[in-house]
Amino acid sequence: MAQEHCTNQGECRTGQFTALLALGGLVILGALYAFFTLEHHGHVLTGMNNQIVWGLPHVFAVFLIVAASGALNVASIGSVFGKDVYKKRAPLSGMLALALLAGGLAVLVLDLGRPDRLIVAMTHYNFQSIFAWNMIFYNGFFAIVGLYLITLMDRKLKAWSKPVGYMAFFWRLGLTTATGSIFGFLVARAGYNSALMAPMFIIMSFAYGLAIFMVVQSAMYTWNGLVLDEGVRRRMKNLLAIFVGASLYFTVVFHLTNLYFAKQWDFERFILLDGGIYTQVFWIGQVLLGGIVPLILLFMPRTKDAQKICFCFLAPLLVILGGLAQMYVTIIGGQAFPMQMFPGHEVTSTFFDGVVAQYSPTMYEWLLGMGGVGITFVLTVVAVRAFKFMPQDDFHVLQMRRSTD
Amino acid sequence: MARLAKWLRLAALMFAVAFSAIASIPAVAGVDLPKIEKGKGDKCVEDTQYMRRNHMDLLKHHRDDTMRKGIRTTKHSLKKCVECHASEKSGSVAASKEDFCAACHSYASVKLDCWDCHATKPGKKSPTQLGQGGVQMQSSPLIAATQPGESK
Amino acid sequence: MNEHDKPNSVEAQARRDFLKTGALVAGATLAPGVLFYGVAHSRAPEEAASSDKRFGLLIDTTKCGDGCNDCVSACNTENGLTGETGPQDSQWIRKVDIKDLRTGYVQSLPMMCQHCENPPCVDVCPTGASMKRADGIVLVDRHTCIGCRYCMMACPYKARSFVHEPLTDQNPEVPRGKGCVESCTFCVQRVDRDEQPACVEACNTQGHNAMIFGDLKDPESALNKALKAASSIEVRADLALNTGVRYQGI
Ligand code: SF4
Ligand code: SF4
Repeated sequence: MAQEHCTNQGECRTGQFTALLALGGLVILGALYAFFTLEHHGHVLTGMNNQIVWGLPHVFAVFLIVAASGALNVASIGSVFGKDVYKKRAPLSGMLALALLAGGLAVLVLDLGRPDRLIVAMTHYNFQSIFAWNMIFYNGFFAIVGLYLITLMDRKLKAWSKPVGYMAFFWRLGLTTATGSIFGFLVARAGYNSALMAPMFIIMSFAYGLAIFMVVQSAMYTWNGLVLDEGVRRRMKNLLAIFVGASLYFTVVFHLTNLYFAKQWDFERFILLDGGIYTQVFWIGQVLLGGIVPLILLFMPRTKDAQKICFCFLAPLLVILGGLAQMYVTIIGGQAFPMQMFPGHEVTSTFFDGVVAQYSPTMYEWLLGMGGVGITFVLTVVAVRAFKFMPQDDFHVLQMRRSTD
Repeated sequence: MARLAKWLRLAALMFAVAFSAIASIPAVAGVDLPKIEKGKGDKCVEDTQYMRRNHMDLLKHHRDDTMRKGIRTTKHSLKKCVECHASEKSGSVAASKEDFCAACHSYASVKLDCWDCHATKPGKKSPTQLGQGGVQMQSSPLIAATQPGESK
Repeated sequence: MNEHDKPNSVEAQARRDFLKTGALVAGATLAPGVLFYGVAHSRAPEEAASSDKRFGLLIDTTKCGDGCNDCVSACNTENGLTGETGPQDSQWIRKVDIKDLRTGYVQSLPMMCQHCENPPCVDVCPTGASMKRADGIVLVDRHTCIGCRYCMMACPYKARSFVHEPLTDQNPEVPRGKGCVESCTFCVQRVDRDEQPACVEACNTQGHNAMIFGDLKDPESALNKALKAASSIEVRADLALNTGVRYQGI
């Protein structure tokens, strides 16, 4: 009973709360350690090199950024499409989106060769660069979603939440398109140059964002000793299944277009058949663990308890894992595949032309990448504690239902 | 919230690093003024007082002109500064605390990142310049052989 | 940089005048194997690089020796690179050996920044650090490069390197340092005093004569004459980047 007072912010379980913060703080400290070490010694200490120029930190960063836009999806379904169950979850969804974006951007910044010149990046814009546009989209995202959160949480401004929600919805689509285009515009590389990159990123962002939302939501309910309403759970489960299915479908289409239209046979062969680690990560990580297994879990009839675990934790967690795998294959696999400068020729040089580039991340890359997750985690924990992010009315309905049982 | 503050502090720190190149507050009393080694030649390209206040602007302006437009006048070029002001002892403008740039900048505690990329010593001349001067410092048979008029 | 300030300025001036005269007769042979082509006139130090010129390079792969590394060593010396070839080491120019898979025909050629007219590296750079000078030379402004490496992702020729370690004792004319991206500059410090890039000079001095450097916009330049005389290609012509570096014989 006492727990009911703790649902939103309460003073209870301070010990555990502090422990969570300490855990997150530790991870962030690790990232800072890596940052300062790299700042001093340079990127020699990492596994990144002149062939694999973007490594593990970018896998985490892009994943978090893409997931940020997807996490906002719940709010969009609520505001834009007027679904009540989702409306109740809009604040949590908006907050998560901000936390994820902050985590992802932090990793990007911490990995720069000259992070001390961040101010340069903010004052010199090259408007031709999709990367610069991304920075504008990210800053705008903070502003708009922040505003959106305010309109949601302040009763007087509630009326504004719908138009601002619309704005956030479109801004978010733009953001993910821009993020996907970072890769899509790289005409030089066989693995990236595809118009499908941006839409594929959007679909995948839906899946990753919703998965993270579900994990956080489940954790909050468990933390507060509550059980998520059956109906809400089923809806979210179905939605996640749709997104995961759509991501799989897009993956198939992406590779098929590469095969039949773009004639990127060598690259496809590399990813799908003989790319070693990348082939494995693709099939086992992205397709099997991140796609097929969650779908089976989501649709397999189970007892109620088992369902709770599968729907609310296991399936979304696998989707998250699959998302990281997908980023790994896209970002690192795309660079490892040798660039084709002389078609029909066998190429050798001192600069690793014509060979599959080797990449083995060191501790520093893991620390940086996990640091982004840590930042997201800490921001979320603090925000959930300090503000009312617990889905509100739903909880109420739930109790009413219980009492009538 | 404490962690949030930590993250903010990190951001603030980064900004501070960037800004430290701009903001300088000279210490007032009780500290010896830096001893500045005299440069070669009679006088600087500008008045000393003017240089003290404005050298960074001149250098920045010149750097953009050279880098972006290919203007290669020597009056305000960093390379020329180094050639005149490199210390007799260390041969550099920033190798030891007494050297020209380092002396003032450590006194005013203004961090410099020029020397991350730029040479602090007038040092080796490029092979072609050597060719003109006739002094051989680097052994590169290929290039040494390119002096005009010389036959192979 | 300015030769007038040097004690040997008389010599330098004499040489410059000599070159001018040489240029008038469009490509004078100064010594066997040393051709000074395309130096139409010297640009005064205070004069900005102009778009009346576009520097380019023609590489004749049939003259490029298999196993010859002269251009690479010359570049390393000129620009202060170590010459090491680990995955994290900078290489501004490299020798690429290609073998036709059908016929087995083997060729060797130098590959470096192609100084594209529509450079993808410049398009993607978020801060504008990657830039193309008016005369077509593509450079990285290390003062604004934040080391994001997006340009390395975008370059179709793998022409760029990231400096992974702190550096010391740079060549005063070629500043370079940790955390920034760099690539072939056509030896801009030399070009600005009317000299040829170090690789070209080395190749010609050694008697290979596989490279001709010059002004693509000057119809009289040796470069343009050579381009007119035989067919040449740009690598990855499908991308339509209109590279400043072209190849003959592939
Ligand atoms: S070759 Fe690469 S680095 Fe050079 S201009 Fe073209 S895209 Fe840029
Ligand atoms: S690494 Fe430097 S030059 Fe390259 S894109 Fe980033 S900021 Fe521009």
